[in-house]
Amino acid sequence: MKSAVIVFPGSNREGDVLRALKSAGSQAEKVWHAETELPKGTDLVVLPGGFSYGDYLRCGAIAGRATVMDAVRAHAARGGLVLGICNGFQILCESGLLPGILMRNANLKFICHRQFLRVERNDTAFTKAYAKGQAIDVCVAHGEGNYTADEETLKRLEGEGLVAFRYSDAQGHITQDANRNGSMNSIAGIYSDKLNVLGMMPHPENLIEDLVGGTDGRGLFESLVSSFARAA
Amino acid sequence: MIRNDVAITPELVKEHGLKADEYERFVKLIGREPTITELGIVSAMWNEHCSYKSSKIHLRGLPTSAPWVIQGPGENAGVIDIGDGLACIFKMESHNHPSFIEPYQGAATGVGGILRDVFTMGARPIAALNFLRFGEPDHPKTAHLVSGVVAGIGGYGNSFGVPTVGGSVGFDKRYNGNILVNAMAVGLARTDEIWYAKATGVGNPIVYLGSKTGRDGIHGATMASAEFDDASEEKRPTVQVGDPFAEKLLLEACLELMKSGAVIAIQDMGAAGLTSSAVEMGAKGNLGIELDLDKVPCREEGMTAYEMMLSESQERMLMVLKPGMEKQAEAIFHKWGLDFAVIGKTTDTLRFVIKHEGEVKADLPIKELGDEAPVYDRPWVESPRQPVISAESVKAPMSEAEALLKLVGSPDQCSKRWVWEQYDHLILGNTVQTPGGDAAIVRVEDGPKGLALTTDVTPRYCEADPFEGGKQAVAEAWRNITAVGGLPLAITDNLNFASPERPESMGQFVGCLKGIGEACKALDFPVVSGNVSLYNETNGQGILPTPAIGGVGLIDDVTVNASIAFKNEGEAIILIGATAGWLGQSLYLRDVCGREDGAPPPVDLVQEKRNGEFVRQLIRSGQVTTVHDLSDGGIALGLAEMAMAGDVGAEITAMPEGLPLHAFLFGEDQARYLIAVDEDVAADILYEAGAIGIPAVTLGLTGGDALILPGQRAISVKQLKAAHESWLPAYMTGKS
Repeated sequence: MKSAVIVFPGSNREGDVLRALKSAGSQAEKVWHAETELPKGTDLVVLPGGFSYGDYLRCGAIAGRATVMDAVRAHAARGGLVLGICNGFQILCESGLLPGILMRNANLKFICHRQFLRVERNDTAFTKAYAKGQAIDVCVAHGEGNYTADEETLKRLEGEGLVAFRYSDAQGHITQDANRNGSMNSIAGIYSDKLNVLGMMPHPENLIEDLVGGTDGRGLFESLVSSFARAA
Repeated sequence: MIRNDVAITPELVKEHGLKADEYERFVKLIGREPTITELGIVSAMWNEHCSYKSSKIHLRGLPTSAPWVIQGPGENAGVIDIGDGLACIFKMESHNHPSFIEPYQGAATGVGGILRDVFTMGARPIAALNFLRFGEPDHPKTAHLVSGVVAGIGGYGNSFGVPTVGGSVGFDKRYNGNILVNAMAVGLARTDEIWYAKATGVGNPIVYLGSKTGRDGIHGATMASAEFDDASEEKRPTVQVGDPFAEKLLLEACLELMKSGAVIAIQDMGAAGLTSSAVEMGAKGNLGIELDLDKVPCREEGMTAYEMMLSESQERMLMVLKPGMEKQAEAIFHKWGLDFAVIGKTTDTLRFVIKHEGEVKADLPIKELGDEAPVYDRPWVESPRQPVISAESVKAPMSEAEALLKLVGSPDQCSKRWVWEQYDHLILGNTVQTPGGDAAIVRVEDGPKGLALTTDVTPRYCEADPFEGGKQAVAEAWRNITAVGGLPLAITDNLNFASPERPESMGQFVGCLKGIGEACKALDFPVVSGNVSLYNETNGQGILPTPAIGGVGLIDDVTVNASIAFKNEGEAIILIGATAGWLGQSLYLRDVCGREDGAPPPVDLVQEKRNGEFVRQLIRSGQVTTVHDLSDGGIALGLAEMAMAGDVGAEITAMPEGLPLHAFLFGEDQARYLIAVDEDVAADILYEAGAIGIPAVTLGLTGGDALILPGQRAISVKQLKAAHESWLPAYMTGKS
């Protein structure tokens, strides 16, 4: 599998996700935001975490309109896989690839902590390595992760099974305490209609080794790589 | 001839923070009355913050070298060799006064400044830490300051993309009018790719990089060199505004430029901005510097030479480039969307010449601006000795179990989760030990090495006995690193004291420095960088003497380390080190008995080293993975923290001989550690310790869901955690 990690000015978790992709067996390279095309043969585009353009206008708003995003939209329209993590999720919402918006956390503060997520479905390219309903231990680090959408969008996301992950406790129960940023329906990540674009606030890329907290995040990258191993 | 259109009056001199005799010295040096720009320049160079005029002669006594030290104090940051061709570059610096006036921006730019110090030398920052002291919780300003400072540190570090992995937060009424915000940054570079401030070559281009210059921060360094009074909030305009996004771009652009081979010398524009960076580059290289201010990228129109030379706008750098490399360098900076301008050149005149709008605004001897700054041997008096308080003379006002519950939930000892959850401590994926332990551990690149990092000092000890307090600060940082399995290598010191013009506080400074020096020597733990922050007082009320120590240690195999959490039931808990039940200046005495007196615990550096080396060897050989060094709150608090971290209780059965129980449990004797280990291994460890004369005794066993102290009611771990975790969030939401 060949991955392209888009680097915007202010991206800062591109190295973390490159490490996770490579360790799962993907080829991966950085692509500068001013590029007009993706590298030939790109299977997966990753929009990494960070503070693109300082998040000065609105998180992800400027990056969502960056040159390279036309190529990313075209890739997605062709059915190509796109993964947006944290700021990447915000960019996907701002670029029109995913619905809704990430508002400021309910407590109005940046929060960084370990967090369990419930895997809502395991039949997508991103989650095959997990069990449905499994609680995975990852981390969050964001000030604006409070997923918000209008009622109709929310109904559609729920009705069509487009919610990818929800904040949960260690047993996979969806509780108010586990939903610290105040997201609607405890949503931590969502898919596009065709399930080829995933945006999520938490960071699976930081939980890929026992030494630094655990390996529950590996499954996501291994799922992606295995999808391509079978397809090839 | 230089035109002088502003008359330099005594009032103007005073406003610039210069004493009359200092001004006279300057006039004599240049042989004429200075221009207003020159007055600004000298005020920036000769203030306490930049010149170290009161501290210099005492700093000379500190040990600064060791075989692994590549660069000691005097550069942007200290550099140590950690093997495999890698260097660790680190420094700590204060931003106390700005943070008191404008907490968010003050703290944010403190972080920005220290990160810049590290990457100026070619290092990519891999960790940040901090040391914070606030006024008493009941003071009307405290909660607001905590909230702003924490948000500012997080706001800058999180966006920049460095994990904030450790720190210290405390409260005391002595910081009511003058909080402490000390930020530390740690970076990594290759030993053959380290960059210095020393300019070389005549006629080489001097390049301005980064953000544009505005009117912010003018006289920031002068403010940092004066006491506060009630009108200090009027100084808000002298606080700089930080832009972490620009800093992140500056980092990437600088590292890329360094790789290109175009850089001769580099200096960040920190305190006293363009003035101090340019003078430093020239003076270090024995060269003159000529600047044309018409070329400086400005954010505002109509800025004068005076304003440009004193602006402390953030995220700016000055470089000397190899001639002919300008185009290549410019392309890199434009790629990152940053300003790039050739604003001057190096000369062979040894003059610092500033031109603006076709006129010479300043023409000063460059070396003398640094070398001829006044140096003071200020009068000082030794702090009065405090009496030693015997354990028997302190009566316990409550049961030991109640006392422990009180301490775990006290402002100083409660969990600081509310703080560090606002810092991204996991970015880069190398944080092996997160905040809350003895020291943080970050992996070096892909391993196998790791760095152990800590910040520490016990200000109440420093006030009661500056010499022992200074020793203790270093010993505790050394112990913190040892307790996670690290070999302590070097420190950075952030010396926060009150006015040097009062002999009592100067005496505290002198005493602490002697203690720091002695401990550094005994523990092979040299000082490689640091910062002196004096005049920390408001309306004549000085802070507690607070020489914060930032320590760095090396772990050869980062997978072999120890943490404070009890990990298994049924393990033997062993106390390493001698216990005399020292209650003088203890937390128990202060927070349980309401007394702040007595001599602090003495630090025996020989014992310290011997006990620490023994514990480190136990960790490194893989025998022990649960270790906690003992400090504030003694054995009892140590046990509680280990139980809370691991969600495993313990029963302590060993009763002290000839000591009151509360002195045994809460005494703060130094050079001690608690370890928990399989019972089979415990016997060997006790034997080994005995064989080399290290006091070691089994206190009890881990297990159950409660902590049971001898003869006391069981306290459930849940109850401990509730007390520990609740105070700060409740306080910050106004519910305490």
